[in-house]
Amino acid sequence: MATTARTIRPRWGTHLFLLTMSVMWLAPLLWAAYTALRPYGSTQRLGYFSVGGEYNLDNFARAWTQSGFLTYLTNSVIIVVPTVFFTLALSSMMAYAVTRVRWALSIPLLIAFTAGNLLPPQVLAAPLFAIFKNLRLPYWFSDSGSLLNTYISVIIVNLAFQVGFCTFVLANYMKALSPDLTEAALVDGAGVWRRYWSIVLPLCRPALAALATLEIIFIYNDFFWPLLFITSGDRLPVTTAIKNLQGQFFSDYNLLAAGALITLIPTLIVYLLLQRHFVAGLTLGSSKG
Amino acid sequence: MTATLDAPARDRVRPRRPLRTLSITDKIALAIMVGVPTLVQLLLVWLPALASIGLSFTRWNGIDLDRIEPAGLANYDYIVSLYPPFWPAVAHNVIWLLFLAGIATPLGLLLAVLLDGKLAGSRIYQSVFFVPVMISLALTGVIWQLFYQRDNGLLNNVLGTAGTPAAIDWFGDPDVNLLAAMVAATWRHAGYVMILYLAGLKGVDPALREAAAIDGANGWQTFFRVVFPAMRPINIIIVVITIIECLRAFDIVYVINRGTNGLELLGALVVQNLVGEGQVIGIGSALAVILLVVSLGPIIFYLTRAFGRED
Repeated sequence: MATTARTIRPRWGTHLFLLTMSVMWLAPLLWAAYTALRPYGSTQRLGYFSVGGEYNLDNFARAWTQSGFLTYLTNSVIIVVPTVFFTLALSSMMAYAVTRVRWALSIPLLIAFTAGNLLPPQVLAAPLFAIFKNLRLPYWFSDSGSLLNTYISVIIVNLAFQVGFCTFVLANYMKALSPDLTEAALVDGAGVWRRYWSIVLPLCRPALAALATLEIIFIYNDFFWPLLFITSGDRLPVTTAIKNLQGQFFSDYNLLAAGALITLIPTLIVYLLLQRHFVAGLTLGSSKG
Repeated sequence: MTATLDAPARDRVRPRRPLRTLSITDKIALAIMVGVPTLVQLLLVWLPALASIGLSFTRWNGIDLDRIEPAGLANYDYIVSLYPPFWPAVAHNVIWLLFLAGIATPLGLLLAVLLDGKLAGSRIYQSVFFVPVMISLALTGVIWQLFYQRDNGLLNNVLGTAGTPAAIDWFGDPDVNLLAAMVAATWRHAGYVMILYLAGLKGVDPALREAAAIDGANGWQTFFRVVFPAMRPINIIIVVITIIECLRAFDIVYVINRGTNGLELLGALVVQNLVGEGQVIGIGSALAVILLVVSLGPIIFYLTRAFGRED
């Protein structure tokens, strides 16, 4: 009875509420888009809250050329691609080893990995900063002579942080796969590596796709580690660089809005292309924000 | 996550292969497969976490390794009794948690429940509420700054206060900026919670609802007595996420004003002590350890539930 009532009852109240919420939800983004489309001159003359004057894409062009967005986005790619690749490679190996082999340490290790991902990053910040700063490296490798101000510092820390999360998700996924699949290969003489690479990994494709999508967005959105480790502005990934733009163009909100939208566009593209995987990833494993 | 994958897995997993039946090549392969990720995890997560505890009992300028001095509990003593932003930060973290738990999370649940039925346009609404989840908290801070601007922002203009003395500098005024930042954080958190609950609601057996309906339960009773308890695994994840997000909260306030002037949070105080001119590693570490100790509660709570029935 209650279920039929639920579907028949007119839902005007619900729609009104959801519409109001949607407008509130979109307002900050639409406002940023509107601001970005207007030249600084127009808004100086008419005010930001106004209609009229010119509308064009000049702010986007200025952000791209003057503020180095091309560089920042390139930096983001340099950091995101290897991080996601190595995270999935290492975590799938680890997940395989802890789910397919009976070993006293497999559950404790899995717990340690999962717990590691749940720690606030701030807890690791001081020692990692000190280690990276004091690690002497040849100058051909790093112009700072240490791991500070290198992409590698950000990549390896993100990698270490995310491996725990991906291992946890993949281990759950692999546990759900029938053991019969690898039993047959074992009888045929396939070794551990072969069973991992040729049988289990292909079966994990949906989980790997979901995790890859999720991790691309996580790493791209990471603000904290580059802020801590990267000292020269032109090496920052775009999410962290936006902070500098904010300071640099303090009163030019048009440029800031354009920069914010440029920063947002890659995540939107990833989301639109891989939407299904992204939502699957979020619900597959959700301990990370 | 555990919710959807663990339950069937448990029934199906058979005893796994014991280690001793493996060949030498297999053992080498396994050693690498376990060894490399574990080494990464130990060196870059657990060793630094332990080192933070160690450093919190020292005095160090962060430069010369041989000039680390033992300090006993002096850092903690200083933080608790003298360090001005500490207690405000604790209070703000508690308010942050109460706000997320009391407003943002229930709002996400409400949206999920409303969008779960056969509502026209459900997908469009979902996408709208979901967009902020893809945006980093740092970028959220920037976007909302445009919205909150004193004279040029949308909010003051809509309220009609822009350009008048009544205009509020939402991110600048220490009386309101915490609320303004929490609203911006809610923008993201509610969408996140909504997606998780939408997945959770789909997983609830429809027979449960029907049984409740036959027993004469109304919509509210069905939800709170049957559907909500049936989503227990998701509820646990949501509780943990909400607490952890609150403890991690940093990006948004750091983008606004580096976490000062009314926006002090523990996560931001750690960073303030590590970067910049006055590097006081001991204080930063002690703050980090306080954060660690508080985090252990939800972490252990979560782990015991996620791994509680493992062999």
